[in-house]
Amino acid sequence: MKSNVKSKHPSAYKVISLIVLIIFAILFLFPLYWIITGAFKPTTDIYSADTVWWPTQWVTTNFEKLFSSRTAPLFTIGSIEGPTVPAAIRWLVNSVFMSVMAMLLTCITASMAGYALAKKRFIGRGVVFTLIVCAMALPKQVILIPLIREISAMGLYNSLWAVILPTVGWPFGVFLMKQFSEGVPGEMLEAARIDGAGEAQTFVQIVMPLIKPGIGALAIFTFINSWNDYFTQLIMLTSSANYTISVGIATLQGESSTDFGILMAGAALAAVPIITVFLIFQKYFTQGITMGAVKG
Amino acid sequence: MANSKSHPATSRALVRRETISGYLFMLPSLIFFVGFVIIPMILCIYTSFFDANLTANGEDTFIGFANYVELFHDDIFRKALLNTVIIVVVSVPVTCVFSLWVSSVIYKLRGPLLSFFRCVFYLPVVTGSVAVTVVWKWIYNYRTGVLNDVLTGIGILDGNVNWLGDASTALACIIVILLTTSVGQPIVLYVSALGNVDSTLIEAAEVDGATDFQVFWRIKWPQMMPTTLYILVITTINSFQCFALIQLLTSGGPTNSTNTVMYYIYYSAFKLYRLGYGNAMGVILAIFIALLSALQFKLAEER
Repeated sequence: MKSNVKSKHPSAYKVISLIVLIIFAILFLFPLYWIITGAFKPTTDIYSADTVWWPTQWVTTNFEKLFSSRTAPLFTIGSIEGPTVPAAIRWLVNSVFMSVMAMLLTCITASMAGYALAKKRFIGRGVVFTLIVCAMALPKQVILIPLIREISAMGLYNSLWAVILPTVGWPFGVFLMKQFSEGVPGEMLEAARIDGAGEAQTFVQIVMPLIKPGIGALAIFTFINSWNDYFTQLIMLTSSANYTISVGIATLQGESSTDFGILMAGAALAAVPIITVFLIFQKYFTQGITMGAVKG
Repeated sequence: MANSKSHPATSRALVRRETISGYLFMLPSLIFFVGFVIIPMILCIYTSFFDANLTANGEDTFIGFANYVELFHDDIFRKALLNTVIIVVVSVPVTCVFSLWVSSVIYKLRGPLLSFFRCVFYLPVVTGSVAVTVVWKWIYNYRTGVLNDVLTGIGILDGNVNWLGDASTALACIIVILLTTSVGQPIVLYVSALGNVDSTLIEAAEVDGATDFQVFWRIKWPQMMPTTLYILVITTINSFQCFALIQLLTSGGPTNSTNTVMYYIYYSAFKLYRLGYGNAMGVILAIFIALLSALQFKLAEER
């Protein structure tokens, strides 16, 4: 509490709101708690009609069942296949590959484009920017059906690239990086030009360091969105070895719809890595959300 | 720009240089944007006038507005549209009010506490729609679900309810999950907006003896209008896109009580293999969202 006169005696309203807030926080944390404890509960706890709030015994049978249900090679590059592992591990590898590639490509293309939109006075800039803002307001899923045909024509259907490329095309990143690039002082760019620095050199040596927080925000944002973009993954990936963890768990849900032990183990496997990433880079994330909205 | 009159030649050269370098910087991004957003959008509109199937080399037959005409006589589409509107009308105001309330309680808290609460409310978004859906499926389960056990235990219910299997409760169940996954971003935005409110105005008002309530409505609320507008737009779009929940929990049932436009688009294209019909719905949905966003901007401007 700061030295504010009012806060010496917290009013009844404030106390009550804080209590209600804590209750809501518990409710919001509950699903995650339920996933993690559920993943380690023995079958008798899972099927019990009386709720078992804390596992009577911590067991790994759910993970064993999940891992033994299917197998896949760890990776496939051309005709080279990695060692055979449980399919769920392959799905995790796929999810990581997909999210990292989408993140890298988005960061590179969006930071360049955002810089150009913010700092270059080129002909047609207004039109391009308007197109980008309009596209952002449209539901992404609407374009996915036509995308399937396009991706099939490119021979990429049922590959991770079918998910990565459309993610990179989504214009939010460009918009976000434009917001961050606005803050680059024009005098610095001018000075670099007078010193004889080329366009590429100016961008890499002067602009990039200045918009680093923006790139960090966009990276974490793209990573999480890509990891969780279930719809795109669902329609683009059709064979088990190419599934991401989200699609894999969803498929499992269709097959063993009431074995909640396996499902919680799968959900934990899908959620824990991404939550860890989020918690580590949380600071950048908050900044990204806020910057994406200013003047939005 | 300032010297454009005095040196027309240099300024023209400058414009040309800026244009060339501008587009070179834009190029990688534009390739992806045009290739994977603009072209599919055009294809979406184009295919909606055809009787098209999913295979890439299949023959499409031009049928004009027949898909659109059929849509307006399709009872399932009407039901799906109604459900979508219900979801939006319920979830958008609740999300906005709830996140504003949470933000107003937490924004003055100390750093770590503020981060903690912000994280807690953002977690369902990060957890991912599939993991969230799967755990809620268990929570709602008729026999082993924790919801039935708790509600019968404290005497609110006499017997177990088949939450997702009953047409009268299924949509409400979906909306509850949707709400938990949509307040995260608005809370981050509102906390930041509340922190940016001009503090000299608030101090001046407090000196003049304004109550907390007055300070909120007269000073903070008007300054947060742009944030509110942005939140309204993203929450609306978000609600329209609610898909994983429905596909994994109810498949639109029972008796279409949870069918939405987004799910019906998916169903038409991938279960009925009617691409053109699905695309026609996509176009209608896009127009619907565009109109709604425009309306929200208009209303906000009038304030």
